[in-house]
Amino acid sequence: MSAPVLSGRTRSRRTSDRPGFLVYGLLVAFVVGSALPLYWSFVIGSHTKETADDFPPPILPGGHFLDNARRVLDTVEFWQALANSLIVSTVCATSVVVFSTLAGYSFAKLRFRGRNAGMAFVVMTMAVPTQLAIVPLFIVMRDLGLLDTLAAVALPTMVTAFGVFFMRQYLSDAVPDELIEAARMDGCTMIRTFWTVAVPAGRPAMAILFLFTFMQVWTDYMWPLVALQKTETLQIALDRLALTGQGQTTDYALVLAGTGMATIPLLALFVLAGRQLVAGIMQGAVKG
Amino acid sequence: MSTHTDPSVGATATAAAPAGGSAPDRRRLIRRHRRSRWDLKLSPYLYISPFFLLFAVVGLYPLLYTGYLSLFDWNRAYYVRGEFVGLDNYEFVLTDPVFQKSLVNTFSIFVMSSIPQVVVAVAVAAMLDRRLRASTWWRMSVLLPFVVAPTAAVLIFGSLFADQYGLINQALDAMGLDKIRWHVDRWWSHLAIAGMVNWRWTGYNALIFLAAMQAVPRDLYEAASLDGAGRVRQFFSVTLPMIRPTMIFVIITSTIGGLQIFTEPRLFDDTPNREGGPDHQYMTSTLYIYVKGIEDQFYGRASAAAWVLFLVIVTIALLNFAITRWATRRSVA
Repeated sequence: MSAPVLSGRTRSRRTSDRPGFLVYGLLVAFVVGSALPLYWSFVIGSHTKETADDFPPPILPGGHFLDNARRVLDTVEFWQALANSLIVSTVCATSVVVFSTLAGYSFAKLRFRGRNAGMAFVVMTMAVPTQLAIVPLFIVMRDLGLLDTLAAVALPTMVTAFGVFFMRQYLSDAVPDELIEAARMDGCTMIRTFWTVAVPAGRPAMAILFLFTFMQVWTDYMWPLVALQKTETLQIALDRLALTGQGQTTDYALVLAGTGMATIPLLALFVLAGRQLVAGIMQGAVKG
Repeated sequence: MSTHTDPSVGATATAAAPAGGSAPDRRRLIRRHRRSRWDLKLSPYLYISPFFLLFAVVGLYPLLYTGYLSLFDWNRAYYVRGEFVGLDNYEFVLTDPVFQKSLVNTFSIFVMSSIPQVVVAVAVAAMLDRRLRASTWWRMSVLLPFVVAPTAAVLIFGSLFADQYGLINQALDAMGLDKIRWHVDRWWSHLAIAGMVNWRWTGYNALIFLAAMQAVPRDLYEAASLDGAGRVRQFFSVTLPMIRPTMIFVIITSTIGGLQIFTEPRLFDDTPNREGGPDHQYMTSTLYIYVKGIEDQFYGRASAAAWVLFLVIVTIALLNFAITRWATRRSVA
């Protein structure tokens, strides 16, 4: 096997690897299928209740989005819910990033007794379906007097095993041991070493972890439903919105205008940070 | 334990402080020395402690407490623990026709969502693995549904699957076909719910598979094509075996996730009951736990159901692990 020949062949194969119409056609079909439901919600959300039930349906957005949005604002506490979602998601994402980076650094770079056992425990807990423990978690929150507060919503996601695992994986490659030793030689305390060596090196992974935790908390429905009564996050507001107009047929112009309004913030995030999301998933991220 | 026997710490301390001869200087040096030693020993534990402390409160304790709760009767009016009833709650749950139905529904929705999802995701990944123009754009595009929250997704699909004026049924009607009773017929409702789940997660999983495929050394394809293997043959004898660890990973995580589906069946019900349809046609086990535990406040029964579901999830996850290993090993040959 001679290397130059091989690499030459590889190059020639790769140019012939250009896909044809079939691949592009199938991909277009998949992407259209992915986008269509979202497009549909914007079309229906911008028409009147009457037009929404028409058949054949409207295929272009109408001019009633603002009317529908006003009706959404009249029906649920949309702005309050938006603020609540923003607060809870930001708090959880920040806390997960801070604690995961600390723990991940410790597991990746520091030597201490119980390190392997501790890491094995973290990996194991990643597979445990904690969702099943909603009843005792509900009781804990009630006993702490936290029911119906944002603290109750945030608390269970202040740390995640996945975050620790993710940061450990990243930091063990990204931080050279020599750099830590050098910092220690210069008389840095441990926390200063962490701050000046690990944090700058871990920044890309921290950003990705922040994004994913933010989205995970933002889109969560089950736990806020359990923990909240009168307070609403965006997902709970959507839940309430879907229940209006019961007894008759659902007012889809209203409901889909609401889903649109609730989706716009994440869509904006997607436009701004979609590349990082893709990179994060491809670096071996796990389902939220 | 002497502080002076550890050469590394001593070296650090001397390097850090300029040599000083006077007594106060020496004392400061020793103090700093000690502090540094404690710093070195305690810091690792300090850094991992927030995770373990919080996890103990919101993860481990609730899980164990679920087991405890499941063994007692609960006085629903006063929120106080009743008498010890042993496995009565388990007996109730396992013989409850609604729970049995929920287990079947959970499994059915899981099968309808995970199998097509993995197959399509692998196919999409294989296409994305080709040398596409604007590859970043394609990757972002397949991820689009992921930014739509499950609540929003189920409401959007609800308008498509509505029994009366839903787009799909109106279209069927216009073509002279019978309308499908999406919210009434059990298997059709599962199909609708699986559809929403697939819509949101297929692109996400495709990206995970794509990452694995990109790590396959291109030389392997080269060697395979020298041996006369076509593109399809290469896919089955090179790509699939090479992405095996990722395959196992995705299948295990989607098993754990797919058996806990909650948002979709809860919000698919457009009546105020929201217990998975008038006859629980699409009530999943997680929804059963919610209804029993939070709405009806039968803590014991809900906890017993949670443990049963936990065991079911572990069993199916292990089973899928074995099947995936076996299936991908065969394709190496």
